[in-house]
Amino acid sequence: MSVSLTREFTKGFIRENPVFRIVLGLCPVLAVTTSLKNGIGMGFAATFVLVGSNVIVSLVRKGIPARIRIPCYIVVIASFVTVVDLVMAGYTPELHKSLGIFIPLIVVNCIILGRAEAFASKNTVGRSFIDGIGMGLGFTFALAITAAVREIIGTGKIWDLVLLGTRYNPVLIAVLAPGAFITLGLLIGLFNLLERKEG
Amino acid sequence: MKSPLTLTPSPHVRDGINIKSVMYAVVISLVPAAAGAVYFFGMRALTIMVLACVSAVLTEAICQKATKRKITVGDGSALVTGILLSFNVPPGVPYWMPVVGSVFAIAIAKIPFGGLGYNPLNPALAARAFLLASWPVSMTAAWVAPSRGSLSGINAITTATPLAVFRDARATLLDPGSTLEHIGQANAYLGELYSGSSLRNLFLGNVGGCVGETSVLLLLVGAAYLLLRRIICWRIPLSFIGTVALMTWILGGKGAFQGYPLFHMLSGGLMLGAFFMATDMVTSPVTARGKLFFGVGCGVLTSIIRILGGYPEGVSYSILIMNITVPLIDRYTRPRKLGEVKKS
Repeated sequence: MSVSLTREFTKGFIRENPVFRIVLGLCPVLAVTTSLKNGIGMGFAATFVLVGSNVIVSLVRKGIPARIRIPCYIVVIASFVTVVDLVMAGYTPELHKSLGIFIPLIVVNCIILGRAEAFASKNTVGRSFIDGIGMGLGFTFALAITAAVREIIGTGKIWDLVLLGTRYNPVLIAVLAPGAFITLGLLIGLFNLLERKEG
Repeated sequence: MKSPLTLTPSPHVRDGINIKSVMYAVVISLVPAAAGAVYFFGMRALTIMVLACVSAVLTEAICQKATKRKITVGDGSALVTGILLSFNVPPGVPYWMPVVGSVFAIAIAKIPFGGLGYNPLNPALAARAFLLASWPVSMTAAWVAPSRGSLSGINAITTATPLAVFRDARATLLDPGSTLEHIGQANAYLGELYSGSSLRNLFLGNVGGCVGETSVLLLLVGAAYLLLRRIICWRIPLSFIGTVALMTWILGGKGAFQGYPLFHMLSGGLMLGAFFMATDMVTSPVTARGKLFFGVGCGVLTSIIRILGGYPEGVSYSILIMNITVPLIDRYTRPRKLGEVKKS
């Protein structure tokens, strides 16, 4: 346990970014990154669930029998997702509507289950909390970049702000499904390139 | 000192054929259709072709330079992509569109996969799909009537391409709410489309359509050259066009077996697609049996899209979809080795 807490926190951004490096949780990344607003909304929702589930799983890690640990994690995660779902429906109905089915689907997000299995079940509550925040913000960061690229190219706007003038002819495909795959592929390539340059 | 003897394992007798000779043969075979495009659509068509080719070649050179690979733009493959892409856009598109399309074809659909020989999709068609999804209005409305004819190749209509006329007329006939007047009109349009003068226009290329797809005659001249030089073989084009003929005959009319296959064979991008794009060596099967499967698959998909789908033309999508299945087709049509015993 020599890894410092700061390192535990920052690893989620670049070094172990859940999307660009570990390539997990791609379903929401591909589906909801049509606008920066959606991307960040989804990122924060997932971060909340991730932090909550990491803390609870870490708290009860000694009490969960190894054989049925996955169902136990899922129950914990699903509870937090229900909380997020209801809160968003109450306070941000518009965002809730545009994210649609992808909020309940956070239950099966591999990042959250992966952190519970690989980290929270083996580490203290404090570390799991930090890991949850770091990984969650890393996920939000990945969603935000992908969404920003797609929104700018596909609509010429960002967060309802017109960025490229009326003479710009939006590349519609960027906000359609194929654009999600192309953008994500290129961004993963870019992160590989950055890593190679560093290392 | 170089030994005068070849000290390698067999084969020792080699054909002089290489990438460059194949690609430039394809370029030569496309010249008649390109000349036809300029004749029918004027200097606009030439500008589109030049812009697409120059940007394709430049993009390839820049990408190869940036990734520190050997620069192989001289082999002509980027040039072929550029020509084929320009053949696949309507002549009325704004000039930046073929440029953006070529950049996409090379920088997204070809180089990231490993360059020539590794791209799963035909780059020119991938770029066409990209343009169609991004700017659907320009890609489906920027038609230009040929200099000596009308857009549809018949006198009655001057605002739609033959396949669009076909689709609308068919939709009217199938709609139970159509009035008798409309049904009569739709039948009249179909009759005109299937008439001798309309078919002659389609064959010569005197109709509206994408830059290089309209003239069946000139495309066949180029295809004959490629077939004679044995750069393409008959399997894919024949099975592709044959399947379209069969399927449109069965499904294209009001009842079964009442379609008019000749119209479908001559219209749209079928000849261009079947002879020049489905036969792309990189993205089509290598086995003889696989080529037949591939062609039949393209034909079935094209007919389904034309007759039942939302787009008037389905050649490009059908080839792209079949491109994806090529590794699978090759795997299951692997010929038996000499002496290999069939497993029961």
